[in-house]
Amino acid sequence: MAATPPLPPSDPATAARQRWMSVLARADAAAIEAHLADAPPLPACTVLRGPESGLVMLRGRAGGGGGPFNLGEMSVTRCTVRSATGFVGHAYIQGRDTARARLAARLDAALQDPSCHDTLERQVIAPLAEAQQAARDAQAARAAATRVQFFTMATMRTS
Amino acid sequence: MNIDLPGFADPVTQSQATFRALLDAISRPGTLHEAGVGLDPPAPLDRATAAVLLTLIDGDSRLHIAPDCAAATDWLVFHCGTAPHGDMATAGFVATRALPDLAALATGNDEAPESSATLVLQVAALGTGPAWRLAGPGLKEAATFSATGLPEDFAARWAANHALFPRGVDLVLCAGTTLAALPRSISITEG
Repeated sequence: MAATPPLPPSDPATAARQRWMSVLARADAAAIEAHLADAPPLPACTVLRGPESGLVMLRGRAGGGGGPFNLGEMSVTRCTVRSATGFVGHAYIQGRDTARARLAARLDAALQDPSCHDTLERQVIAPLAEAQQAARDAQAARAAATRVQFFTMATMRTS
Repeated sequence: MNIDLPGFADPVTQSQATFRALLDAISRPGTLHEAGVGLDPPAPLDRATAAVLLTLIDGDSRLHIAPDCAAATDWLVFHCGTAPHGDMATAGFVATRALPDLAALATGNDEAPESSATLVLQVAALGTGPAWRLAGPGLKEAATFSATGLPEDFAARWAANHALFPRGVDLVLCAGTTLAALPRSISITEG
């Protein structure tokens, strides 16, 4: 199996798009729709591909050598749409929720459109990102409470 | 990347139907079959050409897109999930609108004749125009095949390809929503 090619250096525009795509990929459909209710309607879209589900092999690295191994397969749904304003939106999400993939792709197309980017960023992406960060922090705090520090082993090795 | 148009609306059913049409076309050389109805491919691809490529090509295929079809490269790359193969001589599939020198394509070898190229050639029309006589496996008696847009010396050029059998290039002809196939086992004479 070929090694993963290094990611190309991303420019600010790509980095911003990567950020909102990752927020959309993690958000559930109900949360996205709840935030969309206050936002202006999304532009009409034609579906170019999908939504279609498939499997992606996840690879991990562990052990002394750090060599990759196949962790397991994950179901992924993808969708590509083209908005009436001419922007192509992509979405890859975990699971098989086709409606969610379509919604995320439509939002990706709309967010590239300068005329509605700021509104959507403020009303949809920012609150979703905040909620996701809060959930991550809460989980990290729970995990930190049971953290074990292996002082003894470290001392034995270095002495 | 310029992908303004969708591919198959129903990929499973439509690619299976196109595959069936291809099987029928190859097993009965020269017969006309319908493919790509309802598809909306970018210029310069016809519906049948686009349907054949969407059906046959995936990430493991080596598809060479000739310069006369280059306008559809982005669409093919996106919907087939493949990267265009630059070298025509080693390509597994060649998409073009003009008959290339068949000897310049991969013709396989005697141990692996299946490693040869499949030429997907878009012509002006099938079923009308100059006629040729076909004979060989799949045809109980010699059949007539006509197409518009093939070169005048097609029979002579095909003879050199047919002489290589079991090596040689297979030809899929597409026009509009019609396709026909001429496998390497077929001999073609001026009709």
